[in-house]
Amino acid sequence: MLEVRDLDLYYGDAQALDRVSLTVDPGAIVAIVGANGAGKTSLIRAVAGMERPRHGSIRFKGRDIAGQPSHVVCDLGIGQVAEGRQVFPNLSVLENLEVGAMLPRARDRQDESLAEVMALFPRLAERRDQAAGTLSGGEQQMLAIGRCLMGKPELIMFDEPSLGLAPTVVQEVFRVIRRLNRQGLTVVLVEQNVALSLKLAARAYVLENGRVAISGTGADLLADDRVRRAYLGM
Amino acid sequence: MIGRLLGEAGTRARIALGLAALVLLAAPAMVDDYLLTVLTQSLFFAYLGQSWNVMMGFAGLLSLGHAMFVGLGAYVAGALFVHFGLPPVIGLFPAMALAALVGAAIGFLGFRFSIQGVYFALLTIAFAEFIRILFDHFTWVGGSSGLFIPVDNRTVNDLVHLRGTPEMFYYLALGLSVAALALSRLLLAGRLGHRWLAIREDQEAAQALGIDVFRAKMAAVVLSAAMTSLGGVFYAFYFNNMFPEQIFNINLSIELLLGPIIGGLGTLIGPILGAFVLTPLSELLSALTERHALIGIKHFVYGLCVVLIVVFLPGGLWPWIARRLGLDRPPGDGT
Repeated sequence: MLEVRDLDLYYGDAQALDRVSLTVDPGAIVAIVGANGAGKTSLIRAVAGMERPRHGSIRFKGRDIAGQPSHVVCDLGIGQVAEGRQVFPNLSVLENLEVGAMLPRARDRQDESLAEVMALFPRLAERRDQAAGTLSGGEQQMLAIGRCLMGKPELIMFDEPSLGLAPTVVQEVFRVIRRLNRQGLTVVLVEQNVALSLKLAARAYVLENGRVAISGTGADLLADDRVRRAYLGM
Repeated sequence: MIGRLLGEAGTRARIALGLAALVLLAAPAMVDDYLLTVLTQSLFFAYLGQSWNVMMGFAGLLSLGHAMFVGLGAYVAGALFVHFGLPPVIGLFPAMALAALVGAAIGFLGFRFSIQGVYFALLTIAFAEFIRILFDHFTWVGGSSGLFIPVDNRTVNDLVHLRGTPEMFYYLALGLSVAALALSRLLLAGRLGHRWLAIREDQEAAQALGIDVFRAKMAAVVLSAAMTSLGGVFYAFYFNNMFPEQIFNINLSIELLLGPIIGGLGTLIGPILGAFVLTPLSELLSALTERHALIGIKHFVYGLCVVLIVVFLPGGLWPWIARRLGLDRPPGDGT
């Protein structure tokens, strides 16, 4: 479904991604792990059309989208839940969700999507007229996910969805991700919580200094000595 | 249309709106000429504030050069009338078109090259100054000695040529402000308005959701510029004179944005409320100034108002009043 080949991304002279390649099959959960500054967020932003790669290709459903602006990429069916949640604090929960459905592909199905999101997150239904900034961290993360779902994505990229959340809420977020995946959504998961994400993932990539250092199935990586030492503290 | 305009307004809000409309409609019959002038100018500044609010209040784009759109509107419609006898009812179209074009140029430069925040505001000042200097030397429209619209004391109201009684100008300004209110309301409730609010709140997040940020921001600047220039057309035929030094002056740019800031940035009623606080206040202060020779008191009091609002009611007067009166909150006006 998503095929990244030899992707190079620079911020000025600093290289953020160095010949990164990865494959995401339809319906899979693919995890991307690595230390801070390894290039995980850069990779997501490049795929989402928010950074312009210098070299390489990004193919989504057979179409090269490298360098396309984000509104085009989103409308093809790639959604992202950015790091730090980024809800619109002064807009109500409902308004946040409505903004998520601005894409041409999602516009006509807004009511239907809204009902689905409210069913998935009953808390949001309870708080629909409340300003998003007044929600708890966990609720904001649910809102960010719900808002992304309003755009009817086929592939959804999560950037550190568990960051700064209480352990029980982290469990909840991962339950939601698994559930969405079972409903047919393809998932790219960037996580600092390496153990949890490798357990979930069909395939996983370890990024180091902008390069893919190790890749394999989630189970392979969980058993890999280097991964265990560096990321799992074993 | 009316249904959509009042769609989510509660009963109290409808009653308040109805009462305000009634008072404003009946006002000319109840006040003297001087007070009518004050009210007309209040409505005029309300309209300019509402137009500016589309950019800053809705889309979060700070313009400190909006006087240029007032000036462009006034000069285009004024010059076409003076030189070719083109009535302002037609002249307003080229006036709005030129303002929209200049707005588009500023937007294109600003948004293509990611000039944001303070730097974008500086860009608007630069354009306003550039245009002011241009008109200072533009002798076809009088250069620095200004352009004058011939005054004839007609007693018949002529909306085509915008000649008529003070009452006509009052109702015209009221019409502009009401139209701007309706337009703002429809925009905010619609997709474009939602895009603007998202961009104002968090541009990165808006972009990540697939909003074409460039296009939405361009729409805000172009629309705001065109609306403001229509106020400029009113200016030309109401005051009958214009000088580059005055109409393109940054003082006007500042004065027209104080209303929305004091009334409530990004709200629908705020700019109107703010203008109805500031303009009468300014008149009162002018009277005081004349009597007691307190030069500059107006700017001092304006500054004081802004400081008080920023410190005590950063959201402006309207959200506070609306909460007190139990009126509904407009979209995007988080509590």
